Amino acid sequence: MTQPQTVEVESKRTFVVHVEDKPGVLNRVASLFRRREYNIDSLNVGRTHEVGVSRMTIVCCATPSTARRIEANLYKLVNVLRVDDITEQAQVSKNLALLKVGAGADTRPQVLQILEAVGARAVDIGPASLVAEITGTHEEIDRLREVLVPFGILEMVQTGLVAMTRAAEKPQLHTALRTATAFDAA
Amino acid sequence: MTASLRRPDLRATADLRPDPKPRTLSGAHILWEVLLAEGVEVVFGYPGGAIMPAYDAMASYPIHHVLVRHEQGASHMADGYARASGEVGVAIATSGPGATNLVTGLATAMLDSIPMVCITGQVPSHLLGTDAFQETDITGVTLPITKHNFLVTSADEIAETLRAAFYIARSGRPGPVVVDITKDAQQAECLYTPSEAPVCLPGYRPEPPPLERELEAALALIEQAERPVVLAGHGIVKASASAMLLEFVAKTDIPVACTLLGLGGFPASHPSALGMMGMHGEAWVNHAIQEADLLIALGMRFDDRVTGNPKTFATHAKKIHVELDPAEIGKNVPVDVALVGDVREVLNTLVPRLTARKRTAWSARVEAIRTDSLGGDIVHGQTEDQNHGLHPATVIHDLYRLTGGDAIIVTDVGQHQMWEAQYYPHDKPRTLLTSGGLGTMGFALPAAIGARFAHPDKEIWVIAGDGGFQMTAPELSTCLQEGIKLHIAIINNGFLGMVRQWQEMFYDKRYVATPMIAPDFVKLAEAHGLQGARVTDRAGVEPAVRAAQAFSGTTVIDFRVTEEACVYPMVASGRALDDMIRRPRPAAETTKTSEGDKK
Repeated sequence: MTQPQTVEVESKRTFVVHVEDKPGVLNRVASLFRRREYNIDSLNVGRTHEVGVSRMTIVCCATPSTARRIEANLYKLVNVLRVDDITEQAQVSKNLALLKVGAGADTRPQVLQILEAVGARAVDIGPASLVAEITGTHEEIDRLREVLVPFGILEMVQTGLVAMTRAAEKPQLHTALRTATAFDAA
Repeated sequence: MTASLRRPDLRATADLRPDPKPRTLSGAHILWEVLLAEGVEVVFGYPGGAIMPAYDAMASYPIHHVLVRHEQGASHMADGYARASGEVGVAIATSGPGATNLVTGLATAMLDSIPMVCITGQVPSHLLGTDAFQETDITGVTLPITKHNFLVTSADEIAETLRAAFYIARSGRPGPVVVDITKDAQQAECLYTPSEAPVCLPGYRPEPPPLERELEAALALIEQAERPVVLAGHGIVKASASAMLLEFVAKTDIPVACTLLGLGGFPASHPSALGMMGMHGEAWVNHAIQEADLLIALGMRFDDRVTGNPKTFATHAKKIHVELDPAEIGKNVPVDVALVGDVREVLNTLVPRLTARKRTAWSARVEAIRTDSLGGDIVHGQTEDQNHGLHPATVIHDLYRLTGGDAIIVTDVGQHQMWEAQYYPHDKPRTLLTSGGLGTMGFALPAAIGARFAHPDKEIWVIAGDGGFQMTAPELSTCLQEGIKLHIAIINNGFLGMVRQWQEMFYDKRYVATPMIAPDFVKLAEAHGLQGARVTDRAGVEPAVRAAQAFSGTTVIDFRVTEEACVYPMVASGRALDDMIRRPRPAAETTKTSEGDKK
């Protein structure tokens, strides 16, 4: 049972949202976050191995009770199949970033050395630049970016977090609403 | 003047059983087939290019179409029909401006959870996205103000989509659904197989989860409470839970406060009925809530007009929230126990498990604060003999007397709406139809027309201000064309009264843009082929009301009331619920109770 007057702290929450793969569904989810003033840190969406099902990973800052309402509001969207707040669960979560770095023949070895040291790699090398690929946490990507600044970063792109729990079970997409139980556990 | 109500006699004559055989039909015909199968008797709409195939096919079906004067009217009529009947209201419009004119009505229905299906025509699918003539992305526009919406681009999707739309609109927490159908989808033919199978929507689960643990916690809180108050909301009306609430109260002896939309859900004449709570709730109601040690919120959502400042709202009270929509739990006010479910079913489970008890001390306390505030009551108190002209609240209470409290009242938005809530007690659900959440001026007349089609024989009164009435007044022609009888009371004070009241109280009486010239409403009625009357003093009220009741068609009564009357009590924005500006007493002092002053 919740204790009403305690002050809740905001923290980063990760939601895995399975949705029907239909036009406009991303818009509905984004519109919900916008109009309820929930702040999205990152949102990633793509198809899954199941036909007609897309999966979103949404990272946002929220208190536990706001997180519960985000979940409940997502469930109100007719095209949303399942919502999991996996913040507290053991999980694998990754960001992928591509950085285009200014690197001619003179500086290229240095850049390649840095990439190798942090487990990143060059996926394209041109005469005056190269494209580095790194997978990792937001912090790992940020550290690499800082180190590469002196060489000149020409472009950068990130996917946003994608996440998956480590648990062995398959998420049931067509089970009953679990929002109320999420409430009483809060 | 058309005397009788010309409407669903169609149903009596035609064979309405939908033909169960699969057959090839145009999308437009399929549309009406599905509406018929969904039990639709009447639709409110306005034709135009992109919806013409649907209109053309309509003639073959025993569904009555009400031609409105503006699509906003169609949306409010569908809304009023739904509020009065509990069924899904249907509005229909063309693409572009026709569709965008529905927007205010959709937002109104969304905030008050009204089941409604709005069907709009759309430009042919090959023109989508080209900014074609009368193209508007109406699914995009209405996304945040509908429960769900659909764009249909081929004939073979029409049946399933419409069936889904009705299912979504009426199930769970109801709401408006838009179905936007391209013109070519209406024109194309395909095989139509009537179906009564459940709609398949894998992501939509309106049924709430089981509750055992929370029920135990709720029961314990109710048993322990010494000063409990029930807050009865719109959910009581929607779930038809009035009878269960009466049983609950009989067993627990708990007083009941209503939200604006909850009025009628619990009989106002019941000894445990407190009346309306909130910004313009009576003082004793708000005080009782602030003194309570337990609030049992039934199908309400702790709107800011109900709670005052949420930080100071009922701080001594534990809170039980019974609500169908889990997203409402903890949204505005933190609660101790949440029972996510249909209010009637939850009460049904709770009542047999409660021990009957009396709460004599609490009842006596509530009665004491009630007696304390009755002195400022307009009807029992000071206003009628003060030579201040006709007081609007008095007119409304006279309407209550002269209708035996048994009419359906459809209000607009503003001061008259609050006086109605205070001075027209409602004993039955669905007898007060009002735009609570969105506060939509212009709602009353079209919503009353819609209600008329739900209740061909009941007495229906529109109560509107002179400002709001002018927003949708052209629907007077709809009354004439449909031959329907409504009574329309315009509470005419020459101002946008509620805004003027705020200017008086919070803006040093700078009446910016609130004095308003209205047309001669008597002539306006007559110009529309209706009857008009004007009342300027108390003695004129009863004869005018009786004449309207006796007349076969619609009457507009222009009540010329006191210009600068205010609605009291009032909780100013951001103030605590018991920090009220009280109704001036005859001695003209502004009183607050001691509890109010402490805050």
